[in-house]
Amino acid sequence: MSLIENVSRRHFLGATLSTSAFVLAAQVLPKSAFAQDPGVRTRAQGAPLNPSVYLGVETDGTVFIITHRSEMGTGIRTTLPLVAADELDADWSTVRIEQGLGDTKYGDQNTDGSRSIRDFYDAFRTAGATARVMLVQAAAAQWSVPASEITIQNSVLIHARSNRRLPFASVVAAAAKLPVPKGEAIKFKSKADWKFVGQEREIYDLRDITTGKAPFGLDTFREGMVYASIEHPPVVGGSVKSLDDKAALAVKGVRQTVTLPVPKPPLMFQPLGGVAVIADNTWAAFKGRKALKVEWNEPANNVAFESEAYKKQLVATVQKPQKVVRNLGNVDAEFAKGGKVIEATYTTPMLAHAAMEPPAAVAEFKNGKVEVWTSTQNPQAAQETVAAALGIKKEDVTCHVTLLGGGFGRKSKPDFAAEAALLSKQLGKPVKVVWNREDDIRHDFYHAAAAVYHKAVLGPNGKPTALLHRSAFQPIASTFAGDVEYPLPFELDLALTDAPYDVANIRAENGPARANVRIGWFRAVTNNFHFFALGSFMDELAHAAGRDPLEFLLDTLGTGKVLDLKAQGVEYSNYGAPYDKYPIDTRRLRKVLEVAGDKSGWAKLKSGNGKGYGIAAHRSFNTYVASVVHVEMDGRGGFRVPRIDQVVDCGTAINPDRVRSQMEGAAVMGVGLARTGEITALNGRIQQSNFDRFQVARMTDAPYQVNVHFVESGALPTGVGEPGLPPVIAALGNALYAATGKRARELPLNKMKWT
Amino acid sequence: MVSLRVNGTSRSFDGDDDMPLLWYLRDELRLTGTRFGCGAGLCGACTVHVDGRAVRACQTPMRTAQGKSVTTIEGLSADGSHPVQRAWAQHNVPQCGYCQSGQIMQAADLLARTPEPSDPEIDRAMAGNICRCGTYQRIRAAIKTAANLRKGARA
Repeated sequence: MSLIENVSRRHFLGATLSTSAFVLAAQVLPKSAFAQDPGVRTRAQGAPLNPSVYLGVETDGTVFIITHRSEMGTGIRTTLPLVAADELDADWSTVRIEQGLGDTKYGDQNTDGSRSIRDFYDAFRTAGATARVMLVQAAAAQWSVPASEITIQNSVLIHARSNRRLPFASVVAAAAKLPVPKGEAIKFKSKADWKFVGQEREIYDLRDITTGKAPFGLDTFREGMVYASIEHPPVVGGSVKSLDDKAALAVKGVRQTVTLPVPKPPLMFQPLGGVAVIADNTWAAFKGRKALKVEWNEPANNVAFESEAYKKQLVATVQKPQKVVRNLGNVDAEFAKGGKVIEATYTTPMLAHAAMEPPAAVAEFKNGKVEVWTSTQNPQAAQETVAAALGIKKEDVTCHVTLLGGGFGRKSKPDFAAEAALLSKQLGKPVKVVWNREDDIRHDFYHAAAAVYHKAVLGPNGKPTALLHRSAFQPIASTFAGDVEYPLPFELDLALTDAPYDVANIRAENGPARANVRIGWFRAVTNNFHFFALGSFMDELAHAAGRDPLEFLLDTLGTGKVLDLKAQGVEYSNYGAPYDKYPIDTRRLRKVLEVAGDKSGWAKLKSGNGKGYGIAAHRSFNTYVASVVHVEMDGRGGFRVPRIDQVVDCGTAINPDRVRSQMEGAAVMGVGLARTGEITALNGRIQQSNFDRFQVARMTDAPYQVNVHFVESGALPTGVGEPGLPPVIAALGNALYAATGKRARELPLNKMKWT
Repeated sequence: MVSLRVNGTSRSFDGDDDMPLLWYLRDELRLTGTRFGCGAGLCGACTVHVDGRAVRACQTPMRTAQGKSVTTIEGLSADGSHPVQRAWAQHNVPQCGYCQSGQIMQAADLLARTPEPSDPEIDRAMAGNICRCGTYQRIRAAIKTAANLRKGARA
């Protein structure tokens, strides 16, 4: 059985969510404080043995583990509990996973930045180990034997010398009375004793997904609920000038319209405003909305936004010296010496996230408090955003997290949850807000458009002696601070300030760019364009030097070391991780490249005759990935991708199957967005609105075969949701060059004929 | 009034007969396994069987469902034991899982008519179903496994 058990007591007992699993849960799960005390929001918390916010053991031995991070396809909802269950030596079939409500007691819940494993591996180990120590102590007392003589197998405590056994259930009550051990008293299992970590395991929700039962954000229903579809202003910052809703109100099932408040800058995650059509069902709301006649007031600066002109502006910006964000040696002096100089400018367009499930939320406002059910990557931000919109306290917002039908960064921004809450408060009823695909693509927090300029000079041995990188892109900072032109430091640390090459002179610069639409983070964030440029440029240098790209990359990385960026004027944000524990170690980058060379048979891959092979490697989100991409030209200007090899070093892979699936998915997304991904704007309006013009990879144009290889470095475990993406994009461009002699300097690739 | 059968049960509907079958299934019958992805027949997330053929529920107005027999993911098998569902589990196909109801319904339709599909036949049948997580490779493998499971069941 698998279910989202983050429901409140009332909700749980009322089983108002459509899923029959809830009814089943109420029947088969043991009674506990959970059912009696409304303050107890999870089964883990209500269990007698509850030594951690993440874990509780019931009297019948059932182990409840909370995942406080959102499940959008990475498998994290299963992976973190596997870590705790391993330390506890629990029988996995007795583990029930609960989805945590938004609550600061769990720590950070913003499921982005590929950091759930990195930041919570130890916390979940501790949760499992703490419960283990308590159960062992209780059994030791009962048997009057030293705790050190007790082992556990599948939730059974064993004293081998006296051949005695006790299931968890028999000692839970006694264990619950013990003080919770801390510090030295908690020892983690040795690697040799791991049972789940490192083993392939199916995701907890697998059967519910294959039978259609798994509940997503759109699947919440509340008694007396109405449905809302919102006509947002087509230009950011717009407000309603005039509204004619007569025809909309005449649609069967439409109840009323509501004009939403206009957000004040900075926009952050606030709703965009607009007109909501309220109806008895989703279809009536959609149909009513089509019949609305709205005229808008629109801010002139945003109306003027035109993506083609904007691109030219970005390109012009990166041709000139800009703000220095990293400086090693003296590139100018090196360039002045002469030699073989190579320059290139790369451009990439805006992108939409287009997760398969459009944004959706249900809110129920009652007595000054609100409950929200939504597919959010960040329930605490949802609480904050809803509270700010309603003028209530964050503590008075309960946020239930459903499964997410994809996220990719979009669902960290809970504007849609605040819309539902505003409407529920105003209407005095539960409200479901449903964005359609057009809303999703036209009103996203877009991946920025970028221009990146590179210049290098090759030394006599065909190795660069100076590298200059310069980027400009719409900053994510603009979403938080309004009218700013420069990015936040972290936006620069993703494949701009951290170029890892063993080159004596390196300078990175960043230029200003204004945003006229909402900008946000998209899977792998600024790595996508920074590394498309950097990974392509390194390949350009290899060819300019007449060298094999793999051999050139290994040589340019040097023998390998830990980089010291601080000495080069970079306060490197390192994806929020401490640098001493998660440094940039170019030995690991070399290793994934070497393995990629071996596994792909690089030495035997000969480009030509309409075939090409490209390679690239990048460290992002503290994880190292190398990609080898094969392309085959179709003779009509297009290409196929028969195979991609992905080599990943994420330290310790907790569930290798889910690491593999992330690397496979990143390969598909990388090929898709590189080939056709493009969002354009004219008069401040986004010109794409559905999968007809915003094309994403389909089976027919996805890579046919993705092979995933692991480097078991034994380093600390790091995330895999994003790092698979950047090297694929660069390696694809490199493969196309190898096949055709044409260099991909502009995305999407389908702008060019590839012959 | 529209009369139809859904997963073997007789139903009648007297609402707006413009309403796509998708929203009737989801909002009226609470059969939420059929997913909303694009509303335009471009992504396949809402794929169901109507009289045994895969169709996009978002492009099927209720007025055209009169007398029809509809099967949704909830009705494909009583217990998730349809060969396609079993194969999907065996290959751990889903990532986020949102599109997979539609993928499974489309694949079941393919195998019902083409018991041993070739790669190009799989491509052709599945090209209308988008998976943004990129599970296509496993979908293709699972379809081949499901074909074998069906063959085994017939033998």
